[in-house]
Amino acid sequence: MIKLIHVSKKFKETVVLKNVSIEFEPEKTYAIIGSSGAGKSTLLRCINLLEIPTTGSVIVDDIDLIKDKAKLSTVREKIGMVFQNFNLFAHMTALHNVMFALIKVKKLSNEEAQIQAIKYLTEVGLQNRLNNYPHQLSGGEKQRVAIARALAMKPIAMLFDEPTSALDPEMTQEVLKVIKKLNHIGMTNIIVTHEIKFAQEVADYIIFMDNAEILEVTPTQLFFSQPKSQRAAEFLFNMI
Amino acid sequence: MNINFDKIWPYLPQFGQGVLVTLQLAALSAIGGTILGFALSLGGRQGSPVKWLVKGFVDFFRGTPLLIQLAFFHFGLPQITGWIPDLMTSTLIVFSCNSGAYLSEILRAGIESIDKGQIEAAHALGVKSFDITINIILPQALRNVLPAIMNEFITLVKETSVVSIIGLSDVMRKTSLIASATYRYFEPYLITMIIYLTLNIILSFIGKKLEKALRYD
Ligand SMILES: Nc1ncnc2c1ncn2[C@@H]1O[C@H](COP(=O)(O)OP(=O)(O)O)[C@@H](O)[C@H]1O
Ligand SMILES: [Mg+2]
Repeated sequence: MIKLIHVSKKFKETVVLKNVSIEFEPEKTYAIIGSSGAGKSTLLRCINLLEIPTTGSVIVDDIDLIKDKAKLSTVREKIGMVFQNFNLFAHMTALHNVMFALIKVKKLSNEEAQIQAIKYLTEVGLQNRLNNYPHQLSGGEKQRVAIARALAMKPIAMLFDEPTSALDPEMTQEVLKVIKKLNHIGMTNIIVTHEIKFAQEVADYIIFMDNAEILEVTPTQLFFSQPKSQRAAEFLFNMI
Repeated sequence: MNINFDKIWPYLPQFGQGVLVTLQLAALSAIGGTILGFALSLGGRQGSPVKWLVKGFVDFFRGTPLLIQLAFFHFGLPQITGWIPDLMTSTLIVFSCNSGAYLSEILRAGIESIDKGQIEAAHALGVKSFDITINIILPQALRNVLPAIMNEFITLVKETSVVSIIGLSDVMRKTSLIASATYRYFEPYLITMIIYLTLNIILSFIGKKLEKALRYD
């Protein structure tokens, strides 16, 4: 279970998160929406401590990550992350991208890691691209490798930061299809996205952020029919 | 035309001995310099005191002439320390430090050229910093700066010739001795130039092969 308690984040003088508290229920899917610069990425990155909150606590499975830094990599191992720009290891093939953490973090043998990697790459439809380097893959394929790389760690939660923003519409659909398959299979999914229709389809809850704050966390149906905040209503109005 | 190699041929073994010294010096300094260069480039990424020490070291060895570093270390320092190192030891230390300083700057540029996203992705997977440095950062950094590193090695081979001035019997010093023994200058220096050129062409060739081997795009 993931909990943020009174989390604030400042970069120099700029307040990027203002006293944010939220508890993510296990195995649910959350979509974070809001305008650009609202603090969505920063919120997501605070969960696995890629950003260290200025104040507040981040609790994952009852471990306070800020107090207990030694546990940080054990927790990161359990939380997968998918980035807008894929961030594949450029000098490794698709297969080795997935194998790397299995060997270094999970301490699997080379053979075992390879079996697992092939399994997850097959799951995202890339069984034919195992030995291709990132620069030989399309954007959609890169993102699917990145998803396989995170999934292979068998995480309890997945964080997606605008996973399709760098993709053209066709590739966007191929990646969204893969993410949909991950819905309600036992992981908590937290997805920052501008794909409103997609959010509506997959999310149990919508987290609406504006100006460094969470304005509301609302069940998806309700959010799209009756958003609680005025800002969310305006945001939705502008989307249509 | 006043060219006559007949007087030079008997000295061929001397050239050979000199080449061995030059090769030994260049190879050992390259190894020492590479190890030091790695250490310095990683040290330069640490916190305050280490970072400034590294910077001072690098600035010193890049900012003063190699010949003076050699003379200072071999003739100057013993006056203070009382320890008189043999010529080869002094030379190896100074050359390793000097090429280490240059290599660390090259490697630092290589490390900075790697996009931060990959490092973040590795952190997010729970990979430890040490493994990230060894398996993600260094292989890519090395690949990116390999041509510059080979350049530095070629410079190193050429620069080893200054040791002849302080009396180490490298190929350059042997050549000078052969020249004064035979009163022939054109021929011995021509031979020596060809020797350096050949060494560096071989180095370039190895560099190109390495570049190919490390290629992934
Ligand atoms: N590393 C950083 N240094 C300084 N400012 C940052 C940094 N990262 C984000 N910001 C600022 O924080 C604000 C929120 O950023 P972000 O969380 O990326 O928003 P979003 O993902 O909602 O677009 C923006 O104004 C951005 O400029
Ligand atoms: Mg963002």
